[in-house]
Amino acid sequence: MKEKIRIASGQGFWGDLIDAPYHQVTKGDIDYLVMDYLAEVTMSILQKQKNRNPNLGYAIDLIDLMKKILPITQKKGIKVITNGGGVNPVACADAILEAAMNLDIGKLDVAVVLGDDIKDCLDEIIQKGCELKNMETGEPITLVKDKLLSANVYFGAAPIVEALNRGADIVITGRVTDTGLTLAPMIYEFGWDMKDYDLMAAGTVAGHILECGAQSTGGNFLGDWESIENFTEIGFPIAEAYPNGEVIITKHENTGGKVSFDTIAEQLVYEIGDPKDYITPDCVADFTSIKLEDVGKDRVKVYNVKGKPETEFYKVSCSYKSGYSATGTLTYSWPQALTKARKADRILRKRLQYLGLEFEEIRSEFVGYNATHENLAPELDEDKINEIVLRFSVRSQDRNTVNRFGQEIAPLILTGPPSVTGFAGGRPKPKDVVAYWPALIRKTMVEPKVKILELK
Amino acid sequence: MSKIQLRQIAHGRSGDKGDAANIGIIANDQKSYELIEKHLTAEKVKKHFAGICHGKVERYEMPNIRALNFILHNTLGGGGTVSLKHDAQGKTLAAALLRMELDV
Repeated sequence: MKEKIRIASGQGFWGDLIDAPYHQVTKGDIDYLVMDYLAEVTMSILQKQKNRNPNLGYAIDLIDLMKKILPITQKKGIKVITNGGGVNPVACADAILEAAMNLDIGKLDVAVVLGDDIKDCLDEIIQKGCELKNMETGEPITLVKDKLLSANVYFGAAPIVEALNRGADIVITGRVTDTGLTLAPMIYEFGWDMKDYDLMAAGTVAGHILECGAQSTGGNFLGDWESIENFTEIGFPIAEAYPNGEVIITKHENTGGKVSFDTIAEQLVYEIGDPKDYITPDCVADFTSIKLEDVGKDRVKVYNVKGKPETEFYKVSCSYKSGYSATGTLTYSWPQALTKARKADRILRKRLQYLGLEFEEIRSEFVGYNATHENLAPELDEDKINEIVLRFSVRSQDRNTVNRFGQEIAPLILTGPPSVTGFAGGRPKPKDVVAYWPALIRKTMVEPKVKILELK
Repeated sequence: MSKIQLRQIAHGRSGDKGDAANIGIIANDQKSYELIEKHLTAEKVKKHFAGICHGKVERYEMPNIRALNFILHNTLGGGGTVSLKHDAQGKTLAAALLRMELDV
């Protein structure tokens, strides 16, 4: 057994720094590169791409990235684990294998984790008595079934562990939890018993710290943020894991950013609910048990993590179409920038009313004054403010209604308050609103499948 | 009794969980944690976000990292992709809470 392994985070979301994974595999030693590409909104975007072209539906950036890093990862023996397979992990793996053929890297085993996509077998699942009730409202999924865009089960570490056991160099998954990507190599390398819930929780906590990339190494740090050096070349986090469940969070030397008690603590509280019950498919981790300790420059030890048994359910995330929205902006300058923007807002609302247009919601915000923090924004001295952006948004189930709104923004330039600009983008177009339907499904009703594709 | 702005003794991070926002507040040291543990109640947070948070506020303690985690229900205008808010994911709400002045 290895005495430690180093697991590096390469992406915090689809759209993160493109070169971060390359720096992770070149600027120092690591054993695993894990990349999280999937947010809820990403699944519906990928599903739309797959509907248009059955060979798409995965994080397309992955292919160029793999071309660039495969010669390095194969030489150094770094394994790559990512959920960038999206709603089409097989097509993703095929594209990677095709790209690898011209790279002269020898044998390559790519594992694919399947079975999370339940969109096409929903009827069967409902028939078996699982209503996929909305976790927030309790309503059955039949209510939105006709509008569904995607439906995916969140799998945990287990299928990735199986893939590694079967010799995979690269593991491409669909909807696997962000934390499972990091926990899996620990289970595989250290031979952890998946019923040892303290160890499962330890790996899960490490995964939570890694899953948003540089957000644990000084990015978006609200503490003494000006003390963070070299944001430009910020290092992404690395979890140095030990067989007893202790993990040291660090980053490569000579990179920017910072790893400290404070930067890790901020990531620990990010998007959590009850900290005693951080629920994943692998365990229920107790975030109130975690101990953090600064043990060197950019090195924080994470230890004493306690866990409880996993639940009998997987979480399911479904997305469905829910109407249209559009946003338009206009910029008003000094003098009286806010007064002018407010006047324009009132005019626009009245015009929409006179047109008889009805919306689910109309929202106006004044960027430069209250677009963030809303009514907590202090009163401003208008004479000292140079400009205000009116940001005006509408939402409706009817596309034409939203489109008609889009035609009312530009006319305000010649028919409303003066010294206004910033309309170069053209008419705001209606865009699809995608809503989410979180649900639970018994683990016995779905099964992950692992398939190995080889390049010889 | 004196007033202290939360910003002077703590930092934090916020994000979305559906239509709810979560705000984690981390005290700069143990003494500051004891202050926020005592004074930064769910009721005060609810009052601070009047007009923004339309649901209940829950508070969870994490003394191990000197933190309090708040869940603000019905706050993000329908959540992630449905919301018309500029800050649909509540990313700036932690900073908004740091505006609060505590009587200590």
